[in-house]
Amino acid sequence: MKETPLSNCEKRFLLRAIEERKRLDGRQCYDYRNIRISFGTDYGCCIVELGKTRVLGQVSCELVSPKPNRATEGILFFNLELSPMASPAFEPGRQSDLLVKLNRLLERCLRNSKCIDTESLCVVAGEKVWQIRVDLHLLNHNGNIIDAASIAAIVALCHFRRPDVSVQGEEVTLYTPEERDPVPLSIHHMPICVSFAFFQQGTYLLVDPSEQEERVMDGLLVIAMNKHCEICTIQSSGGIMLLKDQVLLCSKVTGVKVAEITELIQKALANDQKVRKEGGKFGFAESIPNQRITAFKIEQATIDTDDVQEQAEEIIAKASPPSEVLANPVLWAPGTAQIGEGVENSWGDFEESEKEEEEEEVAQDKSTTDDQTMEMGDTSVGNQDKKDETIVLSDSEEEDVIILEPEGAQKNRTETSYKQDIASKKPVSKKK
Amino acid sequence: METEQKRFDSGDLPALRRILCEQGLLSRPDGSASWIQGDTSVLVGIYGPTEVKVSKEIYDKATFEVLLKPKIGLPGVYERSREQMIKKTCEAVVLGTLHPRSSITIVIQVVTDAGSLLSSCLNATCMGLVDAGLPMNSLFCGVTCALDADGNITLDPAMKQEKEARAVLTFAIDSAEKKILMSNTKGSCSVEELQQCIAASQRAADTIFQFYRDSAHRKYSKW
Repeated sequence: MKETPLSNCEKRFLLRAIEERKRLDGRQCYDYRNIRISFGTDYGCCIVELGKTRVLGQVSCELVSPKPNRATEGILFFNLELSPMASPAFEPGRQSDLLVKLNRLLERCLRNSKCIDTESLCVVAGEKVWQIRVDLHLLNHNGNIIDAASIAAIVALCHFRRPDVSVQGEEVTLYTPEERDPVPLSIHHMPICVSFAFFQQGTYLLVDPSEQEERVMDGLLVIAMNKHCEICTIQSSGGIMLLKDQVLLCSKVTGVKVAEITELIQKALANDQKVRKEGGKFGFAESIPNQRITAFKIEQATIDTDDVQEQAEEIIAKASPPSEVLANPVLWAPGTAQIGEGVENSWGDFEESEKEEEEEEVAQDKSTTDDQTMEMGDTSVGNQDKKDETIVLSDSEEEDVIILEPEGAQKNRTETSYKQDIASKKPVSKKK
Repeated sequence: METEQKRFDSGDLPALRRILCEQGLLSRPDGSASWIQGDTSVLVGIYGPTEVKVSKEIYDKATFEVLLKPKIGLPGVYERSREQMIKKTCEAVVLGTLHPRSSITIVIQVVTDAGSLLSSCLNATCMGLVDAGLPMNSLFCGVTCALDADGNITLDPAMKQEKEARAVLTFAIDSAEKKILMSNTKGSCSVEELQQCIAASQRAADTIFQFYRDSAHRKYSKW
């Protein structure tokens, strides 16, 4: 389904509002939407909500052989998916331009900034390294996918624990979570993307654009930064010229926002860890506010299955026995057997239908060969004498049929087949 | 991590795990539901009835599209087969003839798989369809039963129980007549055991339908 287009009046309304320093959701220019982070029961699973934009992140790991030119480094793999759940415009399994752009930006933000210590992921140099896979699913698209995705990715990575391994000589032992506590990844810093939308050729600037604002913006500037105010990635798209001051202003704003977000992430992580340690309840179920009117919960419900057995027996007793299977097939002729009772052949009379077909063919042949006989003159006569040869030489199916045909039809048939075979049968034409 | 739950807390009765459902939590889809059953959690978003691709258009009824998205990696054969099961179940229940030449897209995202995934997907789909306000001739629910080596029935098994089970049976049951809309079995079981599982699932379905009813009651309590 196509995206519903934004009407001209909606566009004008939004732009006018932005000119008056107002936003549709009541935010100020530099305000971020509310961020909510919740964790799943598994390690490395989180849902990040940025306003109404929602991203599900899951980190998984696998032991693989390393890339030949990087024998001692683990592999990081990012995969952001724009699920059709998020917006009807997203088609499943399609690599749209937006998706490629977002995935690349995410890779640059997280892999190229070296925030994960890939060397610590090495188990046996040149043989076994950990491959860390980060799957991100966009669940609801309400603007600013990249910020939500980058937060989800780094939160999931921080939350993730990989199974512990030990190496003794050549032997690699993998421990289950019960045997040894899984170990967290070593993370040097947390880069977070912050998006800026520019309007009216860079005159107006908004932080964290919503979906509608993204549709009317002229350009986008994405800055990835960590809490030490180090820029990891910077990307300007949309083709607007930005002044030096604007970029500097944006990077200052980013520094403030990243500090706030990092603090929030660390608080959320610490909170989850505390709950897990204390053996309390954790997971998505706990993060849904139960007071919400649209949410409903029941505790474990027992089901009375006392007389299930009797009920089943009753059904089986009532059921009619399966119809008898005829075991011995009737042998009509060698190679032809019949199973089941005297069923009429519903395929019709073979001979009759064949005859009809033949008659039709003859009629067709006559009409097509009429002018042909005119052209060829004597050849058709000579051909009649040589018809045995034609049959011998031929390998086409039609020739076989000829033997069974009555004389009159045969004549015509040979002529047509001759016509057809002229090209392929050089010996015949040579004889003439 | 699934904590070992006490399943037979009151005598020998099998139980359904805790159920939690939130409807309408996503802003973009026409209907959405998050279904949490024990530790298994799925999220469903439904778009429809909307415009349909000409190639998929059916002149007298709505076209159903079901997408089941795994958490890790790309959808494979397993997801495709589950998609078909859910699609056929929906087609049997939703009054598609009321929306000819339109499409109903159901996107299911697995959030956590901790056993009884197919039944959770079915339940989430039903809640999503209710939230989207699509006309249906009855509701439906999914119930999974696991049969252990001694032939004992465990309702709504967790991942570990599912793996240890001799047979795992999943049924989709409609609310009007409690009949089976879809069944999927894995492992071997006798005819008698199959009937027992069906009977047990029908009992469990009552609880789930009561949950649907209470949930709807709560949702519309302030109107």
